[in-house]
Amino acid sequence: MNLLRHRIGLAVACAISAFGMLAARSAEISASERRSGFEDMSRETQAMQSDDSANPGMLWVLEGEALWNAKPGADSHACADCHGDARVRMKGVAARYPVFDEANARPIDLEQRIQQCRRDRQQARPLAWESAELLALTAYVAHQSRGMPVEAPPDRRMQPARERGRELFTRREGQLNLSCGACHDDNWGKRLAGNVVPQGHPNGYPLYRLEWQSLGSLQRRLRNCMVGVRAEPYAYGSPELVALEAYLMLRAGGLKLESPAVRP
Amino acid sequence: MARALINVPAKAKRGDIVEVKALIAHPMETGYRHDIKGESIPRDIIKSFVCSYNGEDVFRAELFPAVAANPFIAFNVIASENGVLTFSWTDDHDQIEVRTAPITVE
Repeated sequence: MNLLRHRIGLAVACAISAFGMLAARSAEISASERRSGFEDMSRETQAMQSDDSANPGMLWVLEGEALWNAKPGADSHACADCHGDARVRMKGVAARYPVFDEANARPIDLEQRIQQCRRDRQQARPLAWESAELLALTAYVAHQSRGMPVEAPPDRRMQPARERGRELFTRREGQLNLSCGACHDDNWGKRLAGNVVPQGHPNGYPLYRLEWQSLGSLQRRLRNCMVGVRAEPYAYGSPELVALEAYLMLRAGGLKLESPAVRP
Repeated sequence: MARALINVPAKAKRGDIVEVKALIAHPMETGYRHDIKGESIPRDIIKSFVCSYNGEDVFRAELFPAVAANPFIAFNVIASENGVLTFSWTDDHDQIEVRTAPITVE
């Protein structure tokens, strides 16, 4: 009897693991089906994003423009002193980040590049992650690429990070045992608690989320999702989050940048 | 100074109904929340908004803690004469933010 029960238990365990493996094999979204989260929003939220005088993200862009032209300290340079006019010089930059940073021999995202510039070239105090100033500068830089297609650079040194990102994206984790792909690859377009599950593309960051009542970074969103599946989120600036960002940009190739986007 | 975005059509025909939009950066802290130490976060909201057209009030609103952060207010006015629309927001500390936008009526 005991043996029989053991056998049944084993069979059930095998069936569950086989099902788990099937469900975990995420089907990647083909280029023709790829679409921005903008398409999954209500008409009202779309209108809010499309009108620059109604899009609250533009308040951060305004702030970022002021910061771009201001000296962070008495004897340091403003961003504009080296880079000049952001509307020209920063065009397309956000569409290719994260990139490989030679100085540190690792991939960095846009926020980290801004922080690095502040530390090494402006000798200014570092900005906290998700601080109003860092979000404003990032939003201002990202805004210059609005309408341009996401294009991950063909840099072989980025390959390990992109593969690591893909592995993290498809790996189940947390108490709910879900991967990113379980929702955003396998079930996009369906509903979760009344909301349409988007494909999960990073083409609008930093973006204004109505739930946050604030602008937020892609890393905040990623950590948010990890808490949602009851997993321990990676720290801000960790290589894992940058790897996920690098993979997401590859996965979103060709989508137009919307920064600052609005999302529910 | 808080950032604000105003949208008023630069030109309008006399008698036209034009849409005016005003967005301002503000946390709209309700006063009902607590910080991680359990202490109450004091209320800090914009409590009133007024728009005047060449000195005459054309739109007025009272705001309450249920209004979301970064309040956005849109309304219509009749373009009657050349002049200036003045927008002012008053917060809990009685600080007033003022912005102006010109309108040309043909």
